[in-house]
Amino acid sequence: MADDPARRPRNRPDFVTALRESIQLQSVLVPVYAILLALVIAGVVIVLVGSNPFEAYWALLRGMFGTPDRVAASLGRSTPYIGAALAIAFAFRAGLFNIGAEGQVLVGATTAAWVGTFSWLADVPGPIIIPIVVLAGVLGGAIYGFIPGFLKAKTGAHEVIVTIMLNNIAILIVRWLVNSQDPLILRDPAASVPRTAHIPAAARLPEIISTNPPVHLGFFIAIALCVLVWFILRRTTFGFEVRTVGTNPNAAKYAGMGVNRTIILVMAISGAFAGLAGAGEITGTSGYLSPGVFAGVGFDAIAIALLARANPFGIILTSILWGSMLSGAGLMQQDSGLSIDAVRIVQALVLLFVAADVIVRTIFRVRRTGATTLETTQITTGWGSTT
Amino acid sequence: MSEGRGEPILEVRGVTKTFPGVVANEDVDLTLHRGQVLCLLGENGAGKSTLVNVVFGLYQPDGGEILLRGEPVHFASSREAIKAGIGMVHQHFQLIPVFTVVENVVLGDEIRKGPMLDLDTARERIRDLGRRYGLVIDPDAIVGELSVGEQQRVELIKALFRDAEVLILDEPTAVLTPGEVDEFFGVVRNLVEQGKSIIFITHKLREVLSVADQIVVLRGGKVVGEADPKEATQQSLATLMVGRDVSFTIDKTPATPGEVVLRAEGLTVDDDRGVTTVSGFDLEVRAGEIFGIAGVEGNGQRELVEALMGMRVKRGGTVEITGQDVTHASPRDIIELGVGHVPEDRTKHGLVGPFTIADNLVLNQYRNSPFAHRGLRRDDAIATYAGELVEQFDIRTPSPQVAVETLSGGNQQKVIIARELQGVDKLLVVAQPTRGLDVGSIEFIHRRIVEMRDQGAAVLLVSAELDEVLNLSDRIGVIYRGALVGTFDRADATRDRLGLLMASGADPEVAA
Repeated sequence: MADDPARRPRNRPDFVTALRESIQLQSVLVPVYAILLALVIAGVVIVLVGSNPFEAYWALLRGMFGTPDRVAASLGRSTPYIGAALAIAFAFRAGLFNIGAEGQVLVGATTAAWVGTFSWLADVPGPIIIPIVVLAGVLGGAIYGFIPGFLKAKTGAHEVIVTIMLNNIAILIVRWLVNSQDPLILRDPAASVPRTAHIPAAARLPEIISTNPPVHLGFFIAIALCVLVWFILRRTTFGFEVRTVGTNPNAAKYAGMGVNRTIILVMAISGAFAGLAGAGEITGTSGYLSPGVFAGVGFDAIAIALLARANPFGIILTSILWGSMLSGAGLMQQDSGLSIDAVRIVQALVLLFVAADVIVRTIFRVRRTGATTLETTQITTGWGSTT
Repeated sequence: MSEGRGEPILEVRGVTKTFPGVVANEDVDLTLHRGQVLCLLGENGAGKSTLVNVVFGLYQPDGGEILLRGEPVHFASSREAIKAGIGMVHQHFQLIPVFTVVENVVLGDEIRKGPMLDLDTARERIRDLGRRYGLVIDPDAIVGELSVGEQQRVELIKALFRDAEVLILDEPTAVLTPGEVDEFFGVVRNLVEQGKSIIFITHKLREVLSVADQIVVLRGGKVVGEADPKEATQQSLATLMVGRDVSFTIDKTPATPGEVVLRAEGLTVDDDRGVTTVSGFDLEVRAGEIFGIAGVEGNGQRELVEALMGMRVKRGGTVEITGQDVTHASPRDIIELGVGHVPEDRTKHGLVGPFTIADNLVLNQYRNSPFAHRGLRRDDAIATYAGELVEQFDIRTPSPQVAVETLSGGNQQKVIIARELQGVDKLLVVAQPTRGLDVGSIEFIHRRIVEMRDQGAAVLLVSAELDEVLNLSDRIGVIYRGALVGTFDRADATRDRLGLLMASGADPEVAA
């Protein structure tokens, strides 16, 4: 019985095993494998449409980081994703699934663009006007995040449903605000396409590297925020409350924590991060708002936050990866004739494999660690719970 | 029970089962004879469940063999074990509440008439089995509407329906009332008289002595002794189980009750579904006494405790703690009055599983000095404090910085007890404090509860374990369908009287 061959551990030194042993850090295993798997499967798709995946990926890589300017452009492109993904990750930590970053980014961008065109601000010097405009965006996002948090705490309305609906409301209202010519609301009548007026030059965030898109101060603010969020979660009593509510809301309530208060606060802060991402793009990159320019940022941010396993430091890396891929896709299109959407396929597959991590765990035989570390988080607790 | 031994029906020989880092069973031998009840006794983690799971084909042994009717057998799955005539009733029933009895019984083994289910034949067989073994049940009743005892009968019928000859019962009495336990033992007797053989897993010593033909004690995955129920005593079995002498009765001095600390009047509370489960509940607990609430689970205890602790909205009535009205107070307000609360469900409420032991030890004090200063956590102070409590409460762990969910149930409970006993001077509310714990941990926790009383705190104990209530309490109340149906001094409370009150809500001595 003891030497039943079926029960002997299989011992095959294959590629998968070798790869698995090369990366020991359990927490990054699944995201890394998910990216690899996505690249392999997208490669098959690329072959099917008649291109060479190796050439395509090489062109993509050069497009991302091939020259110093391309690196800078990639970082610029990544900037809004950091703030938006941080918004989602922070809410995750409290067990909340903030699908509404899309709307919160848009509202933040709109309030920043609107406040930036106030006539009494036109001649105010930079050190004063920049904080005003940026904080307007932060406040707009915070209010738009507060609404679903408040509704969840007071009525139990699920934040996923509410934020999805609020996204649509934000998208349609902003489109109307910027498109409408009668009444004329935010539209710049002098512009040939629907967009808002330029904010004053003094209100623009300093550009550090002037590529297209530029690396502006917002990039460093976003990274500082990631560090701040890590600090809040790990070292403050508020962060402890957030993590407790996110991990076991019943125990949080039992221990005397204000669960509803935490939910409202976290959603407002989450919205503030997203609003900052929007305001950063207005003040740092474009100088005005045209509807549709942020389409998908908040949704991509969900994938980025999942890929980073809601870890604030992971957010920095995954956001840069995400933005760089979008930034590098142009060169891939030029060189190998592939549609830019090939990058979108890779990204969608990454999201699929991160969300359904059982697939990755099965293929690469990654064991779920019994003892979860503090940095792991139950991303799905937001679903179905009524607390 | 039955005299003399039949031929061996099931033999376990030298079974060893290891999990990564743990030897769950080591060279275990036991023999079950036809028509007998073999009690498998042991603390939590002694390897009882692993052993029966090996027998039932859920685990594959690493070594040793299993003989059924003298023939070596090897079950790759429980389906094969069932086919060979082994049935198992799990501690947590595997029933679908919205299905009827007959639907549950045939599930997975449906009798078909062409493409249709043939429930009539199944119904008839269920009635037959019921008559034969004394397991009367209506085949068309909805399982979710049956009592726990009746649901257990459905589980037994399920096994018998598949012609099980060997029945494995995993902690079958844990969920039953004292009356239901007696009834259940009747069924067990009936089954063995009709030639069935039973492996009965339990850690309740009283039951072992009244039902077993043969006792096997496991400790640390090994058989540490066999005992004859005619000669064994509870004390001798406990010593075998734990490996040292244990005391069952707590040495405590008579209570010196002081002022009323907790007073509830006309308390009415709804459960999550909006059903009123506590109605017009009056309660007084004094400083320096332990007031025990006995009752079968599901009679409103959970809602009562949650309402008292500010975790659940009340529909009516008032609650006072040390003279202050706390009817609408939050859990934090109540904690800050000097109240400790050991919740009924330790994983749902008591602990945050992935957090460290240290974080769990400060779960309700994390904002207070010295654990925090101006909103910042002071990890060093938390670590020092945790280290002290881990030592003081004998929490078995390599370090206070490991996730609390990796601890055994007993050690998890010690973490909660350690936390809730700190800074508590007024009131301690403990719900089911020793559920699922082993004899050693129970003794430890009971001592601590009595110590709190002796230091002058009022203690409200809510427990479904009658022995626990009887052992610890100075005064005893019985909860039945959400109302307090009787209050006694400990001296006037007998097992029988409480048991009847718990089961029917009527006091035999008042009625007589």
